[in-house]
Amino acid sequence: MFRRLITAALIGSAPVGAAADAVTAYTLDNGMDVVVIEDHRAPVVVHMVWYKSGSADEPVGSSGVAHFLEHLMFKGTEKFPEGSLSEIVAANGGSDNAFTSYDYTAYYQRVAADRLPLMMEMEADRMNNIWLTDDFIATEREVILEERAQRTDNNPGSLAREQMMASQYLNHRYGVPVIGWRHEMEQLDLADALNFYTNYYAPNNAILVVAGDVQPAEVKALAEQYYGVLPREDALPPRFRPEEPQQTAERRLTYVDPRVSQPYLVRSYLAPERDPGDQSDAAALTYLAELLGGSSFTSVLSVKLQFESQIAVFTSAGYSGGSLDDTTFALSVAPAEGVTLSEAEAAMDAALQEFMARPIDADRMEALRTQIKAGQIYGKDDVEGLANQYGALLAQSLTVQDIQDWPEILASVTPEQIKEVAARVLNRDQSVTEWVVADREDAK
Amino acid sequence: MNMLRSAIALLLLVATPLRAEVQIQTITSPGGTDIWLVEEHSLPFTALEIHFEGGTALDRADKRGAINLMTGLIEEGAGDMTAQEFQAAREALAASYEFDSYDDGLTISARFLTENRDAAVDLLRQALNEPRFDQDAIDRVKGQVYAGIQSQEKNPNRIAGNSFYGAAFGDHPYGSNDSGTIDSVRALTREDIVQAWQDTLVSSRAHVSVVGDINAEQAGAVVDALLGGLPKAGPDLPPHVDFGLTGGMTVVDYDTPQSVALFGHSGIERDDPDFFAAYILNTILGGNGPQSILMEEVREKRGLTYGAYSYLVPKDHAEMFLGSFASSNDKMAEAVQVVKDIWADVSANGVTQEQLDAAKTYLTGEYPLRFDGNGPIASIMVGMQVQGLPPEYVVNRNDYINAVTLDDVNRVAAYLLKPDQLHFTVVGRPVGLETTQ
Repeated sequence: MFRRLITAALIGSAPVGAAADAVTAYTLDNGMDVVVIEDHRAPVVVHMVWYKSGSADEPVGSSGVAHFLEHLMFKGTEKFPEGSLSEIVAANGGSDNAFTSYDYTAYYQRVAADRLPLMMEMEADRMNNIWLTDDFIATEREVILEERAQRTDNNPGSLAREQMMASQYLNHRYGVPVIGWRHEMEQLDLADALNFYTNYYAPNNAILVVAGDVQPAEVKALAEQYYGVLPREDALPPRFRPEEPQQTAERRLTYVDPRVSQPYLVRSYLAPERDPGDQSDAAALTYLAELLGGSSFTSVLSVKLQFESQIAVFTSAGYSGGSLDDTTFALSVAPAEGVTLSEAEAAMDAALQEFMARPIDADRMEALRTQIKAGQIYGKDDVEGLANQYGALLAQSLTVQDIQDWPEILASVTPEQIKEVAARVLNRDQSVTEWVVADREDAK
Repeated sequence: MNMLRSAIALLLLVATPLRAEVQIQTITSPGGTDIWLVEEHSLPFTALEIHFEGGTALDRADKRGAINLMTGLIEEGAGDMTAQEFQAAREALAASYEFDSYDDGLTISARFLTENRDAAVDLLRQALNEPRFDQDAIDRVKGQVYAGIQSQEKNPNRIAGNSFYGAAFGDHPYGSNDSGTIDSVRALTREDIVQAWQDTLVSSRAHVSVVGDINAEQAGAVVDALLGGLPKAGPDLPPHVDFGLTGGMTVVDYDTPQSVALFGHSGIERDDPDFFAAYILNTILGGNGPQSILMEEVREKRGLTYGAYSYLVPKDHAEMFLGSFASSNDKMAEAVQVVKDIWADVSANGVTQEQLDAAKTYLTGEYPLRFDGNGPIASIMVGMQVQGLPPEYVVNRNDYINAVTLDDVNRVAAYLLKPDQLHFTVVGRPVGLETTQ
């Protein structure tokens, strides 16, 4: 049901900051950043290592190698061979996993707090000593191709999004999917994986996040013992990516796939991200997304397209400021039965125009501020969620100070700021509009 | 106010070497509702979980989808507030209420700040007790339900589920999609929705847990406010039903590059003395992610899938032992054969002491880690009540796991795993697989 998606999106986008008093940060001599987030309510620790390298850092032609390497990192080291890393975590009552995104690759274990030293020993070992052979490559490549089939090829919404991102970015690697293009994934080999590993898996390109029932001083001592001894990588490549040129032409796509059950349209605009010391545009865009499509009852698009008229069965707006380079601001509308995509898009654009022409509802602003404040309280109930936010945002070049300033920056956003940034960002010349349909007949 | 405390059990969850403490108070509200409470005053909010037994299996004859639709309408206006007014009020309080229903229950997960607790609870009270079910809201939510049903009709996993459960359970509510069909939902009237509300939100079938910045007296008042005005009794729950599918293969044609498989046979009841042995067996077989036999054989060794899992599914009125995975069309046949071979092997030869020990250390170590927030604790406590477990279970649970022997697991494997009864439903264009007669 679409409704549940909306609820999830709202909660997921709730702006969360963390109390400064529970977070301790420092840097080891070899350049590895360390962040400790304390929560002593349960004897649990989440131990994560974030590498500041993701799919957008891959060499041209090797899309998916960051994620492929992430899989291979579980094969083992000389000291912890043959998948024993995960076995040891499980034997200690913990669970482990990893994830790859455009800007980072992260590994984590969730385990009883007194097992932290063992987790560090293993993670530090595989930062330097991964042991891979050609035997692993062929089988694990089949696994990532099956993963791509499951996440993307079997899912028309994912395929549509992939095409949209490729059009949104004319030059930047965010236009290439994290999992990789299938034809390039099929060619990935041991050398590709090891090159990425050798280039980027080093303490001065990593962030250690430890969250839970731990003391910062103890974590520091352990971090120095296990990670502090790893050599710094002096040949770390500079984090330079091809930037977007000035975008001057609106792009329009139609994605046709018989597996689409409900036609919908997405409009994506290139948008600024949260930058170190400069987060106010992102803060205003966070409000803009909430005002336009954050609530299925009180947002502009739902009020205009679902309540005052019955144009749409579903509307939403999405923006996430966490990104190293330019991100996107997206709107989507699924038309009601009997309504064409042209009519739905016209209604969406009319709603945007009306929003720009009228003052922002003061009650809605106040409700959003209240939710932001509450989000900080609710957010503290989920220390793993906090750890994820710190890890991701730090890997995307923000500082701990930036992260801790964020709630205050959000609280001070004014309606004028929102209007100003909306006028700048909702620029059709920098946009992609995609219609997603089951049949070309529906694209009208 | 007179708070009747029928029992106060202060329980320490101590699973060496862990030192977790979850102090569960079992109280009875002045209105007579049993509540499990954990006071946690370090964060100024409360998490509340309510679980009404029954759920969408209570849909009346020819009214399939009524309870699902009703669940979507609870937050669409209450008292003198329209849907938009209700939601604007909720957003202004920064409270969240999530309503969900499935075969065996209707669940409410709420969280609200201490600073406006009374207002947030009163808003939720109105939703539960005075839902409006306005015609415009009914029409709008029906539109969303239709979109959901259409989406399920093109989702290979849902296609597999509809085929598999339909064949396994026939006319029993477990045999059909609880969203209903486009036709059955279109035919639902406001009266049907009111009936669904009265049938489902029944106070004697409610299990409640409260965790957070709240004391016993306050929790009792909150729960009485929410549940006090609801019906005390509801319609009979559906009867027990046997798993009706026999061994074989059903292929549902669907044009997509990767086939999905749902497979299984009958299972074991939650209160069976062998349940813990079965639970450990499933953990070893396919329950514990990368360490399971299914993952090792189907993914790690052969690269036939991204993930293969098995599940014990003890529903209120039926028991299943299920599994699922997805494989490209040209690999599905091989993956199915590997799974069949594993089933036959473990049924005949059992698991090893080493596998059992690894599963035990994982399960006993992992259990205390679940209690890591107000929301998770509230959810776990309501789940225990639904299963009829006492609060002491959180202390004793690891002992139950540790008491299981290799003989137990392998004795249970021998009768619970039935290789010749395994039915596979595969949706896609799997090369070399055909429906058996």
